Amino acid sequence: MGMQPSPKKTVTLSNAALRRRVFKDQFAGKSFFILTSLPLLIVLLILITLALRTWPIFAKQSVLELLVGQIWKPFKGQFGYYPFILGTLWVTVLAMLLAVPPCMFTAIYLSEYAGSAMRTFFKPLLDLLAGIPSVVYGVWGLVVVVPWVQKTAAPFSKQWLSFMPFLRTENTTGYGILAGSIVLAVMVTPVIISIVFEVLHAVPFGLREASLAMGATRWQTVKSAVLPRAFPGILAAVVLGFSRAFGETMAVLMVVGNVAQIPKSVFDPAYPLTALIANNYGEMLSIPLYDAALMGAALILLIVILIFNILATLGLRRVYKGMHNL
Amino acid sequence: MKKRLNRQRMEEWFFKGIMLLSFLSITGVLGSILFTVVVRGAPALNLAMLTQSPKGGYYLGKEGGILNAILGSLFLAGGATLLALLVALPIVFYLHLYVRKTRWANMVRLALDVLWGIPSIVYGAFGFIIMLMLGMRASLLGGIIALTLLELPIMARSMDEIFQLIPFELKESAFALGTTRFEVALSVMVRQVLPALLTAVLLAFGRGIGDAASVLFTAGYTDRLPDGLLRPAASLPLAVFFQLGTPFPEVQQRGYAAALVLTILVLAISLVSRWLASRFSRHIIK
Repeated sequence: MGMQPSPKKTVTLSNAALRRRVFKDQFAGKSFFILTSLPLLIVLLILITLALRTWPIFAKQSVLELLVGQIWKPFKGQFGYYPFILGTLWVTVLAMLLAVPPCMFTAIYLSEYAGSAMRTFFKPLLDLLAGIPSVVYGVWGLVVVVPWVQKTAAPFSKQWLSFMPFLRTENTTGYGILAGSIVLAVMVTPVIISIVFEVLHAVPFGLREASLAMGATRWQTVKSAVLPRAFPGILAAVVLGFSRAFGETMAVLMVVGNVAQIPKSVFDPAYPLTALIANNYGEMLSIPLYDAALMGAALILLIVILIFNILATLGLRRVYKGMHNL
Repeated sequence: MKKRLNRQRMEEWFFKGIMLLSFLSITGVLGSILFTVVVRGAPALNLAMLTQSPKGGYYLGKEGGILNAILGSLFLAGGATLLALLVALPIVFYLHLYVRKTRWANMVRLALDVLWGIPSIVYGAFGFIIMLMLGMRASLLGGIIALTLLELPIMARSMDEIFQLIPFELKESAFALGTTRFEVALSVMVRQVLPALLTAVLLAFGRGIGDAASVLFTAGYTDRLPDGLLRPAASLPLAVFFQLGTPFPEVQQRGYAAALVLTILVLAISLVSRWLASRFSRHIIK
């Protein structure tokens, strides 16, 4: 625009310039608005496309039949998801059992006990852990966890714990549910710790002061003042961790054994839904209904995760709002 | 009374001990992961691995390297990061400058959070279906699109958090001078948080470069260097995965080396973003 010699000219020009600026602003606003609807559209589009691709198999078999069907023989047109659903559940639930207690204690430690130096040391560590690619976790699982299960955990359990129904073992390879869930447990650690830490941190400070002033010890304060207040948020963190573990593919695929059977012990191999999709995509187009069945597996994953994520996210929002209002 | 105090003290020490144990075990596991990757990967790592693409018989243990996968990964994640940035930045501008109804903003944030949680294998499957519909083969472009879906929520949500830190008065004073929202977005907000924005971009890039399940169907794998948007492209995570899947120890060795390269890349990205954030945050008005 620059300097203008006559005042009159400046006025007209700045009017034109103003109009242009306002137009730019409004045009940008409109196009930005269209882009904001993109995330929602993508979620819906994924849901609809997967449902449409799965439709041929729903048309042939009832949903219940598919979900509890135990036989998976694509060549014969038999698609039962039951072993895979159970495989996913076993691995994920065991991973959560392993991950949640240490994560809770670590988050409590960081939030209630540790000094700021400790926190500034641990935060980047968590970021690192969260940033490591899942394939690298898989490598760690192959090199460290599987041999440990094979040489230490399984023989120990065979000798001392075989009276317990879930700990009997015939599998001597080390690949199996336990290895998969240890890897998963480590992978969800950063997610759970950082959310729990945030939630604990959001608990109003006055609550702690009141409890300490009454002569309670720190742990008593945590136990009876902080944790009850933070409980819904902690629940949300666990649910988010669960859904993260539920959908993890590569790392689990590399250590879980991939045998389609109904697991009876933590040492048995399993075949989670994610591994089913990843392992079979190459041949799925040559067999009728096979691609529909695999997309069905993706649809199951998606629906479960959508429900969990929406509940947990909305729950967390209410938790934070509640803390602010206190 | 004294007994009770003793019990309290015991309880305190007991739980403090458990906490320290948990803390140490998590640190220890991280150490074990890094140690494993370095110890296994370093012996097989050499210049040829980084500068050559696989030659004939590579997967039987002969000459060659993983340059195809390194370049492929950089192209895939780079393209996806660029696309995600083009979508994420306007979304965040809208949420912070234009939005009138907070309900819509909440909806968009929820959708982004939900997208963040969708597993990458589902993105892979979705991308694969779309490519089938369009008649595309596994290609660099397909991989970029699948990764964009994966990176978009990560980038948008981290930028959203960053923009929340900008003081409201800054926007207000710019508006008081007669600036439009669009101008505020470009010349006030972006300048204010540029280093933090770079951190968000690098975070998304790091996630994208490490993801295997989404590019498995969409980008495919090839021994050639990436040579076109519509041709298949290799990627580092898949290079690790496929090489570890072969029965030959020499090739598995290279799988470990590829894992080391991937880890170093990801760690370097994370360190650079941290450094950027700390270096530039000096200029930010708090």
